[in-house]
Amino acid sequence: MLTFTIRRLILSVPTLLFISLVIFMLLELAPGDPMAQVPLTVPPEVKEKMREALGLGQPAHIRFWKWLVQFFWIEPQVLIDHYFGTSFSQGDLRVISWQTRSPVMDIVIQRMPQTLWVVGTAYVVAILIALPIGIYSAYRQYSWFDQMGTFVSMVGFSVPPFFSGVLVIVIFSVQLGWFPSIYDTTLVVDSWDSFVKQLQQMIMPVMVLALQITAQLSRFMRASMLDNLNQDYVRTARAKGLSEYVVVMVHVLRNSMIPVVTVIALGIPSIFGGAIITEQVFKVNGIGQLLIGAIQANDLPMVQTLTFIFAVLIVLFNLIADVLYGILDPRIRYD
Amino acid sequence: MTDAAKDKAVQHSSVQQESDKPARSQWRDIWDQFKSHRGALFGGCLFLFICLGVIVGPFIYWNDAQFVPTGRDFIKLRDMRPIYHMLWDPSAKMDWAYPLGTDNLGRDTLARLMFGGRVSLAVGMAAMILALLLGSLIGVIAGYFKKLDGLLMRLTDLFLALPLLPMILVAAVLFREALSKSIGPEGGVFVLIVCLIGITSWMPTARIVRGDVLAIKEREFVLAARSIGTTPRSIITRHILPNVLSPIMVSATLGIATAIITESALSFLGFGFPPDFPTWGRLLNDAVDRMTLFPERVLWPGILISLTVLSVNYLGDGLRDALDPRIRGR
Amino acid sequence: MKIKTLLMGAIASAAFAPAAFAERGADGQVSIIYWQAPSILNPFLSGGTKDVEASSLVVEPLARYDPNGQMVPFLAEEIPTVANGGVSEDLTSITWKIKPGITWSDGTPFTSKDVKFTYEYCTHPEGGCAQVTKFEGVTSVETPDDLTVKVSFAGPTPFPYGPFVGGESPIIQAAQFADCLGAKAPECTAANFGPIGTGPFVVDEFKPNDVITFSANPNYRDPAKPAFGKVLFKGGGDATAAGRAVMETGEFDYAWNLQLAPDVIAQMEAGGKGKAIAGFGPLVERIMLNNTNPDPALGPDERSVVRPHPFLSDPAVYKAMSMAIDRPLLVEIGYGKAGKVTCNWVPAPAIYAADIPGCDVQDIAGANKMLDDAGYKDTNGDGVRETPDGKPMKILYQTSTNAVRQDFQALIKQWWSEIGIETELRNINASVFFGGDPGSPDTFQKFYADVEMYANTFNGTDPQSYFGNGLCDKAPSPASQWQGENISRFCDEEFDALHAELTKTADAGKRAEIGQQLNAMIVEKGGMIPLVHRGRLSGQANSLGGHVLNVWDSELWDIADWYRVK
Repeated sequence: MLTFTIRRLILSVPTLLFISLVIFMLLELAPGDPMAQVPLTVPPEVKEKMREALGLGQPAHIRFWKWLVQFFWIEPQVLIDHYFGTSFSQGDLRVISWQTRSPVMDIVIQRMPQTLWVVGTAYVVAILIALPIGIYSAYRQYSWFDQMGTFVSMVGFSVPPFFSGVLVIVIFSVQLGWFPSIYDTTLVVDSWDSFVKQLQQMIMPVMVLALQITAQLSRFMRASMLDNLNQDYVRTARAKGLSEYVVVMVHVLRNSMIPVVTVIALGIPSIFGGAIITEQVFKVNGIGQLLIGAIQANDLPMVQTLTFIFAVLIVLFNLIADVLYGILDPRIRYD
Repeated sequence: MTDAAKDKAVQHSSVQQESDKPARSQWRDIWDQFKSHRGALFGGCLFLFICLGVIVGPFIYWNDAQFVPTGRDFIKLRDMRPIYHMLWDPSAKMDWAYPLGTDNLGRDTLARLMFGGRVSLAVGMAAMILALLLGSLIGVIAGYFKKLDGLLMRLTDLFLALPLLPMILVAAVLFREALSKSIGPEGGVFVLIVCLIGITSWMPTARIVRGDVLAIKEREFVLAARSIGTTPRSIITRHILPNVLSPIMVSATLGIATAIITESALSFLGFGFPPDFPTWGRLLNDAVDRMTLFPERVLWPGILISLTVLSVNYLGDGLRDALDPRIRGR
Repeated sequence: MKIKTLLMGAIASAAFAPAAFAERGADGQVSIIYWQAPSILNPFLSGGTKDVEASSLVVEPLARYDPNGQMVPFLAEEIPTVANGGVSEDLTSITWKIKPGITWSDGTPFTSKDVKFTYEYCTHPEGGCAQVTKFEGVTSVETPDDLTVKVSFAGPTPFPYGPFVGGESPIIQAAQFADCLGAKAPECTAANFGPIGTGPFVVDEFKPNDVITFSANPNYRDPAKPAFGKVLFKGGGDATAAGRAVMETGEFDYAWNLQLAPDVIAQMEAGGKGKAIAGFGPLVERIMLNNTNPDPALGPDERSVVRPHPFLSDPAVYKAMSMAIDRPLLVEIGYGKAGKVTCNWVPAPAIYAADIPGCDVQDIAGANKMLDDAGYKDTNGDGVRETPDGKPMKILYQTSTNAVRQDFQALIKQWWSEIGIETELRNINASVFFGGDPGSPDTFQKFYADVEMYANTFNGTDPQSYFGNGLCDKAPSPASQWQGENISRFCDEEFDALHAELTKTADAGKRAEIGQQLNAMIVEKGGMIPLVHRGRLSGQANSLGGHVLNVWDSELWDIADWYRVK
């Protein structure tokens, strides 16, 4: 397993380079103009000048090379400088956003807290709810609990967040006045009161997001448990006189985890990616909002950097999932 | 047609010929099991009903979905409430000719729901099937053939990383004109949207199926099948595919919901159907601003999307149970 | 040394301010929400309205426009005119006198050097300054003394108030931006995110595309202002959510540009926490008529380049199309009190507006008759008219994605169908539609459609260059990389000649007369169909006082005067 992991890690370098090239070419091909949001009152010649100032006049391959150098060589130096007080990156040009004319990575780091708070919490909540629901629904298939679970999760999944988000705002902010409808990113959690405030502003976005994730996860958990509950080894285990709890929670669960692990591993990078619509609805202004804003403003360095970080996480977590398969089911061999 | 299916077809006909024998065909068993599954029957009926409603509905219903009243009629006909409103508010503006009321431009809501359902169902089903076929195919091949695993999974990683919006932009530039020239503007957009949603949503299915296949192909029965010289193709179709059916079914139900909603997001952003072309997702989206004034305008498309997804889910459940010989026996 | 003076200043203001000027900061915090989040606080590097307006809390021009479109001095003593000797007789130079005693928020004095530096900063060839047109025709900016600025122009300039007037042309501090000229401009992140200004507020923290916190400028010239000690400036989301936060939940005090349907606004106002306020500039929602042929069968060098359009250039056709439109209804559906019926390209300032009759009546029968008389008949009975040479009258009608615009499309499609013109609708994402990417077929400049709808306006109160958008040589084409402001490709010799006359005329009355003629000409000769004169609609909390909506300058131009209604 160790050699497999190492081999995959080494292989992921060319993979990621290739992915970054494809993303770059995709963004190059896509029509769009960083000057689209500049008002029509600014004449085209001036816009052309502004484009040139952004470096858009250079050929694509040079810009790609520049991005590679900036991202893989200069940004790590900045990080080292930041932690050790050295000055390797002095005077080097970092990856600069076209919208804000400031280093992309600084903004990404600025956005991390709210994204992790909201999307991360939603994911944890969803996993904690979804797994028990999935297991019990399968164990008592077609019981009223299972039917309820199916109904709620299906409705929850088919109601898009642009509707459910506004619905909870209308109910809890406008009618009841319990929670703020706009997330305050300037809030610093340093006391009990501010912690309560943070909880209040997190509840609605977390609710909306967790509903979606729970629906998806519990369905996969249930389906996979159902597949395994009728296997011969379960009968054997029961015949051996093992307790029902051990049969279900140890034998069946472990064998049912593969699809669930896959889904969770696919989901974790999206925690970083943020939840575009939910973040927009609640004005959380995390990474998801940053990405959609950058795409709409055609801020290519920002989009390229964000999607690339996203790609790194995808490759990494899919590798982790593959390793976990081997641990969950020792018969799976990659070598 | 695969070998296995051919086998079964042959078997089926032979059973019919020798009808005096009490033996029952496999498909008959499956159908019996499916019939006895109350959820599946309910889901199937509901789904058929919705399909009939949106396909036949516009032909027999008297109002046109795209008609906007003009002149004095406009003020009279806009913002009409559904007729059931008279139960609690008899003074509300309503008319029996418009059972579900009208929107802010005086267009009939029921007509729009039926017309929009055609598009949403068609896009949802087509995109889901495309994603499922792609996902299952890539997942099974990657899981079964070790040599292709690395390559196909890196391809999956690549597709997972690609941002959807720029992809749509590129596709619109490259193919929209050509497609609308060959199959008309609406047909062109339909093909474009279905392909895009399909191409950008097969990856989770592929990963999940692959994970299951990795585990299943090491099981004893696959080993047994291989040892008697079964070809990989029949191992996959007869032994592996039936065993990964349940995650595929779950992906199908979730996929149809995602496709309907993604379509609405695309149309909303201006990459989808023309703006006067209603779809469920779009109706829902347009009505969100007036949610408290006219709750019925969000309720109906929301309910219809949910019902469609629920019915497909029950269908899938029934189908899965019916295809599982271990359950069928009991 | 510098830090020391700074500290001293801070201590001094902290020590004396509360005693002497009890008013400043007394009303606590004011919260503003813009549904487009500011990306940068240097208006010269962005040009986006959101960025210009956010920075207007900090940096100020010499003079601003008031809500009536009149200039009021801000950092200048008075508005220079020919009468008071500020503008030279030959109209080639303007001399501004700066109010004495103005300091930057860091305590250093504001001088004419800063004004000159701002000119150099923006006109640097490598800087990519968004507001460089403000300095068009300027040959030099001289500083005879610390409080005098003389701007010289290449030729006689009837309207010399471009540089240093209005929200788009504020003055930045020379000391702070000295190392940020030209290509180095983007490297000065700290300065771009926290400019030092003379305005009522200073930046505390700027989170790009998210939120800005400001606090009162301790060195602001009026010791009693601003009444608010803090500003929270949140960005992001959508107009509906912004309106809701002000008028329904009361979380925010001010929401910018609520482009929402009137019934939605009315429902929000029923929330009782705030009201919608409207103001009118020259913004007009219009349908542009393509004067060239957009047939997809034409090659890339000919499509939307070669003239004429198969039938849209016929006055009978575009007049009938205009008559079929019920403008009062459009206003009622789409804009309510933030819209007025208009048939003018430039409806404001009012002196330029031409009187075009018959604008507020829909006349479908008259339109049908006009088309019948001109020979456009439905010969094959499919409900769609054919041109005399047998082409069906089918048009493609495109616009950007926006709920109100899509409602307009649906209505107008119906009206046109009643006069026998079949319309195919298309909506395009605003970032593509208004983006100038020559590679995209969907930009409004490329105009690969028969008609398209959008809104346009101009800055300030002088429409001369805006009228220039109708000149023949401003038409976009592949040769110009599809750049150019003459979107409808309108081309008329008479118009060009009249516009040339305008540029040479200094007399205000005569200018207005020519303006009216140009205004009428472009509508009469088939350049566009104006629909709605649009105002700007913003949401204001009932507890916020002292604000007058201003569409000629930054909307937050009077934030120093805002106060909390007790």
